[in-house]
Amino acid sequence: MHVSPVREPLITGAKSYKDITNDVMAPVKAKPGKLWYIGITVSALLMVFGFIMIGYTVWFGIGTWGADRTIGWGWDITNFVWWVGIGHAGTFISAILLLFRQKWRTSINRAAEAMTIIAVMCAGLFPLIHMGRLPLGFYILPYPNSRDLWVNFNSPLLWDVFAITTYLLVSILFWYMGLIPDLGTIRDRMKTAWKKKTYNLLSFGWKGSARHWHRHESMSLILAGLAAPLVLSVHTIVSFDFATSVIPGWHTTIFPPYFVSGAVFSGFAMVLTLMIVTRKALNLEDYITVGHVESMNKIIIATGSIVGIAYITELFMAWYSGVEYERYAFMNRMMGPYAWAYWIMMTCNVISPQLLWIKKLRRSLTFTFILSIFINIGMWFERFVIVVTSLHRDYLPSSWSMYAPTWVEVAIFLGTLGLFFTLFFLFIRVFPVIALSEVKAVARSSAESFIEKPVKVKPSEEPHI
Amino acid sequence: MKSIVYGYFTDENDLLEAVKKLQDDGIRIEDVRTPFPVHGLDAILKLPRSGLPKVAFIAGLAGGVLALWFQIWVFTSAWPLVIGGKPYLSLPAFIPVTFEVTVLFAAFAMVIVFLVRSNLGPGSVPDILDEEVTDDHFQIILSEKHNKLSDTELVNALASTGALGVQNINTGK
Repeated sequence: MHVSPVREPLITGAKSYKDITNDVMAPVKAKPGKLWYIGITVSALLMVFGFIMIGYTVWFGIGTWGADRTIGWGWDITNFVWWVGIGHAGTFISAILLLFRQKWRTSINRAAEAMTIIAVMCAGLFPLIHMGRLPLGFYILPYPNSRDLWVNFNSPLLWDVFAITTYLLVSILFWYMGLIPDLGTIRDRMKTAWKKKTYNLLSFGWKGSARHWHRHESMSLILAGLAAPLVLSVHTIVSFDFATSVIPGWHTTIFPPYFVSGAVFSGFAMVLTLMIVTRKALNLEDYITVGHVESMNKIIIATGSIVGIAYITELFMAWYSGVEYERYAFMNRMMGPYAWAYWIMMTCNVISPQLLWIKKLRRSLTFTFILSIFINIGMWFERFVIVVTSLHRDYLPSSWSMYAPTWVEVAIFLGTLGLFFTLFFLFIRVFPVIALSEVKAVARSSAESFIEKPVKVKPSEEPHI
Repeated sequence: MKSIVYGYFTDENDLLEAVKKLQDDGIRIEDVRTPFPVHGLDAILKLPRSGLPKVAFIAGLAGGVLALWFQIWVFTSAWPLVIGGKPYLSLPAFIPVTFEVTVLFAAFAMVIVFLVRSNLGPGSVPDILDEEVTDDHFQIILSEKHNKLSDTELVNALASTGALGVQNINTGK
């Protein structure tokens, strides 16, 4: 197969198919190290603490939070949108990049998708708690009931229920169907009978038959085709929660594309945060290379720039619309009591990703790691700015208010971080972090050891186009 | 007595060559098992086009029609409700749910049909002949039952393609 000599290999080092299997499976087979135990203990404790605080909220009521009648949505909805946003990278990588035939996707799609599923679970918790009466949560489902009422299909909040449920279920299907061949690989490498049995159960009895692969490929392609518009629909619908209201600062038509690009932006930042640590901790540097990080950084520049343009467009439209409430809302964002949050958002989301135009920074792991944390923080503040600053000064100055979270809200947020990392730690122990069969399938064309006669081209000899 | 004959390759290109050679000799190939989908193998084996896209289309259509019909029924017949002065039948508002249910039905139907058709699922016990198939072996399986040749002839045919570890086991069926 002809491979352009200037294209850098996706898998470095002398790797045979067997090496790929062994390297990726090593963390599943080996006994976990001390760091893993420390990590999962800390996250699990945080998670338990968060769940206790959810119980506290349900028991004593939403009054334990800092929200009031003016600022009805506080940290809960901020966190909800933040988590859903993070949950956009995985399916973007595995569905949209599959349709665009981006081979570098194969090394990161598995972990990114696991991250997506966990993030969406964390996100889903917040609207449920926010409803206050958790045991009545099933009221949001359309089922025949004694009240003879159906749910309001005209409400974006209900669309959210459908969008997020569908997204979670389809993401799980897509992720798990991709996993079954790899679980078969683990089954055949396990020595203990009970482990073999368990992994056989999990792998659905996979045996690698050509007929199965043929159907599997056809299914993956159609699932990707279905998941691609689904990814875009989820954050679009989340943005409708805001955009269809009459609150100045929320009521804008730019919200759907702005939210979707923001979601992919924050999702990729979280993938980078996790993968830069994971590749080191699990010795997967040959599979998740600097080239992969650079590719992800390029998507960060693209989506980050769209987000930046969206912020400026919002400002322009507020002024150009001539609506005094709209103008005030944006002046208040920039110079009001929450201006600090606005400027943190602007710095982290608009200015910092532009540094990635410099190739040296784009390929630096340390810089990328720090930047990804900045973006995570910036994107959290974006949601805080949208939710809280738009609400805290509404049409009636007598009900203007200020908002600060109580320790209960902070604890619940930390609890979801705990849940996220607990499940991620479990994932890297039980399942292969890299899509084995997909990496093997692209190895022939993209692994250093398989490419015939790799020609080293000096920069000066690069062909000019 | 019916037996099956199998052997493996460690390179997918050798496998493709061997499959072609065996087919040219008029030998029917029972199954080929590989660690990953080998590009071009399905064409050589003349596997029929998968019906899964059709399943997805039909199920998606069913889901979409069901969701749209249900919302229209709720708002025009079951419990007409004026919401914000909007008409009972406000179609644009029904699009998001219709879309989501379409995707949900299509995805689930396709995965279920895939598992059932392939006889895969929790509790399915596979007939694994070589555990390395999920690692780096590309395996060809021939069956005496579906070929005119005897098992020793099949062993020779397979070995002549360069297959390694050629074995012959009697399944008794």
